[in-house]
Amino acid sequence: MHTLTVGEIAAGLAARRFSSVEITRHLLGRIERLGAGLNAFVTVTAERALQDAREADARLARGEGGPLTGVPIAHKDIFCTDGILTTCGSRMLDTFVAPYDATVVARWRSAGTVLLGKTNMDEFAMGSSNETSFFGPVRNPWDPARVPGGSSGGSAAAVAARLAPAASGTDTGGSIRQPAALTNLTGLKPTYGRVSRYGMIAFASSLDQAGVLARSAEDAARLLGAMAGFDPRDSTCVDSPVPDYHGALAVPLEGLRIGVLREFFDKGLDPRVGRLVRAAIGALEERGASVREVSLPHLPLSVPTYYVVAPAECSSNLSRFDGVRFGHRCEKPRDLLDMYERSRGEGFGDEVKRRIMTGTYVLSAGYYDAYYLKAQKVRQLIAGDFARAFAEVDVVIGPTTPTAAFELGAKTSDPITMYLNDIYTIGANLAGLPAVSVPCGFVREGDRELPAGLQLIGPHFGEARLLGIAHQYQLMTDWHRRMPPGYE
Amino acid sequence: MSLTRAQVEGIARLARLQITEEQLPVYVDRLSRIIDFVEQLSAAKTDDVEPMAHPLAGQVQRLRADEVRETDQHEKYQRNAASVAAGLYLVPKVIE
Repeated sequence: MHTLTVGEIAAGLAARRFSSVEITRHLLGRIERLGAGLNAFVTVTAERALQDAREADARLARGEGGPLTGVPIAHKDIFCTDGILTTCGSRMLDTFVAPYDATVVARWRSAGTVLLGKTNMDEFAMGSSNETSFFGPVRNPWDPARVPGGSSGGSAAAVAARLAPAASGTDTGGSIRQPAALTNLTGLKPTYGRVSRYGMIAFASSLDQAGVLARSAEDAARLLGAMAGFDPRDSTCVDSPVPDYHGALAVPLEGLRIGVLREFFDKGLDPRVGRLVRAAIGALEERGASVREVSLPHLPLSVPTYYVVAPAECSSNLSRFDGVRFGHRCEKPRDLLDMYERSRGEGFGDEVKRRIMTGTYVLSAGYYDAYYLKAQKVRQLIAGDFARAFAEVDVVIGPTTPTAAFELGAKTSDPITMYLNDIYTIGANLAGLPAVSVPCGFVREGDRELPAGLQLIGPHFGEARLLGIAHQYQLMTDWHRRMPPGYE
Repeated sequence: MSLTRAQVEGIARLARLQITEEQLPVYVDRLSRIIDFVEQLSAAKTDDVEPMAHPLAGQVQRLRADEVRETDQHEKYQRNAASVAAGLYLVPKVIE
């Protein structure tokens, strides 16, 4: 039952082959048996899940079910859930019970989904390995000695290990796509503004976007449709109609113009991953797509650009954690300043503190022009590179990550080494573009097979096309169906 | 090292973050590496380039009528506060 996709679960529930309570109990049982070893969940909401499932079964019995009624899901612990612990992976919020639902949570709930729990993540979504979580690292189901990627690592591990059929994630610099690539999932980061961020704890507001980790493009399409759309509570949310993503999956590849990103096939790319990505591009070409190389000359500057812009915005966003209205407060503060400094010093982990301080520095008097303004100009150049490419091709394509999953602890001593892991994903965030990572094969490390991801980046609001291409690719390959040994 | 110990202490103060004495040299090292790394942006030619203000062109800030829409839920919201009395957030004494 746990290997069923969202689409198969919905069909099974509609045909009354099983009930929502049955599949929910089954998955809760798996989470109990297998979840702790992976550390994928911060909170398992078993009671709430069963209550949601009973309500869904009642609706289904009355013939009132929709396409997601009774389907169990998990939410990244960055989304506020009314009455449920919402930690953002931080000691700062280790007792924070959200007083309202994020729009993403409310929408999936009103679509009838069942909440299994809240997934582990890098602290405040700052990390690429899930090792910065206050609640400990998440392990990759494909090899427990390796990271699942981050920051949506708990969501990725849970879906890959068949503890949940799909989960929400957020992507500021690759935090959906990179873990999707490292755990053999389909991970979609929508266009900036496509999905409401109300109730999604802010990291870098000009980059953050909510999205989906699923086991197929088809499932991602279903879940995006139930998540996207205008929300007056998020001033950056775009007021444009949500297309029928699921209905657009059948578009054939004939006539599709693909641009292969020259800068993504650099010396940092594991040649084995490069070969898998080239093979996938070849498969799309065989089905009628035309392929040409495109160059985005400023793209190599995307990582340093990101590490000015994102920390600057994070230092501003995280100033709200002052120990007064919510969040950790230190014991016996001497005075107000002592309370701020110790509450924040104790509540935040090292990576978060580093980013706040980097941001404070680049925004400080005398440095603003040299760093922040400069980075926003380079960002404009990167966005311009993409715009020029999309005048010639429909999508650009390349690897999602330079390598398959790395070992826990391998990149924790040098922040730059960790940051460079997002070298292929950050560009889409800087330009606000939608992008998807799709499983495209495996590389062998010792006795383990480790998944690799193919990344497709589209023009603004091009989600339907991206999911359609991913779906066509998944019709001719079975990489996305492979399961980590021990979790079948 | 592109940043000195005194600079890092100053940044920590601005950011209202306590960094312990033993952690300080590690922060000086890591933050220096990050600043050195982003320094490469200075080589990019950006004359006549407008800094990006929004990832989507042509977006404007929406406005709405200034009318009451939410009900008072301060008790619910204040449940997450460390110290509250009579509907007020308590902090250490600010004025002697």
